[in-house]
Amino acid sequence: MQTAAERLQATGTANALEIRGVSRYFGALAALSDVSLSIKPGERRAVLGSNGAGKTTLFNCISGDFPPTSGSIRFFGEDITDFPPHERIRRGLRRTYQISLLFGGLSVIDNVYLACRGVSRGRFSLIRPRRNEALMQSASDLVNAVHLTEIQDQPVSELSYGQQRQLEVALALSGAPRFILFDEPAAGLSPAERSELIEILTSLPEHIGYIIIEHDMDVALRVVESVTMMHNGRIFKEGKPEEIESDREVQELYLGGGHG
Amino acid sequence: MALLDQTPANAGAAQEGTSRVGQWLARVHPAAWLVVVLLITLPLFANSFILIDIFGWAMILGMIALSLMFLAGYGGMVSLVQMSVAALAGYMVAIFGNSAASEISLGWPWWATLPVAIIIAVLFGTISGALAVRTEGIYTIMITLAIAAAFFYFTRQNYTIFNGFSGFNSLKPPEIFGINWRDHVPFYYLILFWAAVSYLVVIYVSRSPFGLALQGIRDNPRRMEALGFHVTAHRVAAYTFAALIAAIAGILLSWFSNQISPGTAGIGPVIDILVIAVVGGLSRPIGPFIGALVYVLLRTFSLDVLEAVGLDGSRFKLMIGLGFLLIVFFSPDGLLGLWERWKGYMARSRNEFDPLGGGER
Repeated sequence: MQTAAERLQATGTANALEIRGVSRYFGALAALSDVSLSIKPGERRAVLGSNGAGKTTLFNCISGDFPPTSGSIRFFGEDITDFPPHERIRRGLRRTYQISLLFGGLSVIDNVYLACRGVSRGRFSLIRPRRNEALMQSASDLVNAVHLTEIQDQPVSELSYGQQRQLEVALALSGAPRFILFDEPAAGLSPAERSELIEILTSLPEHIGYIIIEHDMDVALRVVESVTMMHNGRIFKEGKPEEIESDREVQELYLGGGHG
Repeated sequence: MALLDQTPANAGAAQEGTSRVGQWLARVHPAAWLVVVLLITLPLFANSFILIDIFGWAMILGMIALSLMFLAGYGGMVSLVQMSVAALAGYMVAIFGNSAASEISLGWPWWATLPVAIIIAVLFGTISGALAVRTEGIYTIMITLAIAAAFFYFTRQNYTIFNGFSGFNSLKPPEIFGINWRDHVPFYYLILFWAAVSYLVVIYVSRSPFGLALQGIRDNPRRMEALGFHVTAHRVAAYTFAALIAAIAGILLSWFSNQISPGTAGIGPVIDILVIAVVGGLSRPIGPFIGALVYVLLRTFSLDVLEAVGLDGSRFKLMIGLGFLLIVFFSPDGLLGLWERWKGYMARSRNEFDPLGGGER
């Protein structure tokens, strides 16, 4: 266990995310094998790859939804390999889910409010939040940021798919995120909703870095400065968006099919 | 775009502080005001039978069912132990306070007896919850049913503390502030007060961080865990809160029936609480009270109705059972659900004639 001073020192110089030799097996199947990845603070990166390339498994290992079989993960210098998910959240790591994991019976604003409450104290409070309470205020700012203010009192189960995806993004932005994992945030969105999502992502404060898994290259390559290609659970190529786009191997492997 | 920046304070926030109570009162439906006025003025025109044996009993059972509704509706945990928690509170009032069994009852004054009874019952509810919360769905029902059955058999077989089969008789509310709370009208208002307090507190807490988190856990425990909530602790705390309501209701119940015995929390009454909550509707706190009133009316009058049509009066349980089946069959959300559907149906049929009505928002 590091002392607080050591951790602080490490945070100053360390990468936002330092993944070393991470593997994850499901039985005999290697969903991830020996993946290493470094991401600087504030860096924004896309992870591309076909279905089954191990992208979501990588996210699950980083977020703690399930631990890696081997390897280590450091978050701003701190070894979080064995931390439970909520400990990672408290350190500023966030993720969105491919399949929306929202609270269907609660309203939009209450969903975001719970996400804000989760990283602060008073989770057992019996006193109702006032409209002008700081947490309620930041919840309504987040709802506003993802353009859901007009429907903030509707139950989430009545929202459209695209609106639920936008709400997922708001949940990931709650508290004080330092790094966010976006798992296919644009999947199933209309073109208009896509450009809204791009606007939300590009207008995030500069210190917030993220990894985005995205099949839509138009979205992915516009919101990141670097790209990692994955294939069969391994890292296949890393580079700038334009390098990846023009790389012939990548084109054959990934862009070659229906994407033309 | 200034994401994460402070936006200007909400326009309404300034005036809100001054007229919050006014706004809240204005939102209450006129029909609800009618019910409030009716309940408060009931002693003016109702006899003691209607007052205590119908409305008093319904409100007490409603409170116990409300504690189940809080767990099941907001927390997704169907607990069959709530009636046992209530009965334990009644037992503790008999054991620490006064009863006909003077060799057991300790004769403590009411201000010592009542808090101790509530604390012990709440502890029992909390421990039951702690045992049950690691399971889901049908297994929660099985574990809480097992605890309730164990409580029933234990109280029936234990003579040193629980006085076995016969339990305790002549339990009476104490005289406080010079008012004899055994009299019908004061006792009615005592029940009405605690039923109203429980109801309003449940509504208030449902929108507090604790209540919202409980509903979040109901919808998606895994995500709540990931958001930094301690799901197990939250669930156990919900049992504690529900047990508090059940305990108060249990004390009222023992005064209502003048006695407490193993049969108070037998398997039948334990199931009845579930029936009341489901028949009324688990989605809102008013449901259990509606269910309790229907249950009490059926229990009280079905005997007369059955005999009037020439059937055996002892088959009143059949009426309750059939009513339960019919309501659950037609509306999974009980009478509340039927009401909501009827409202929706009326709104739709109005809109057919009124093209400017706008339909649902």
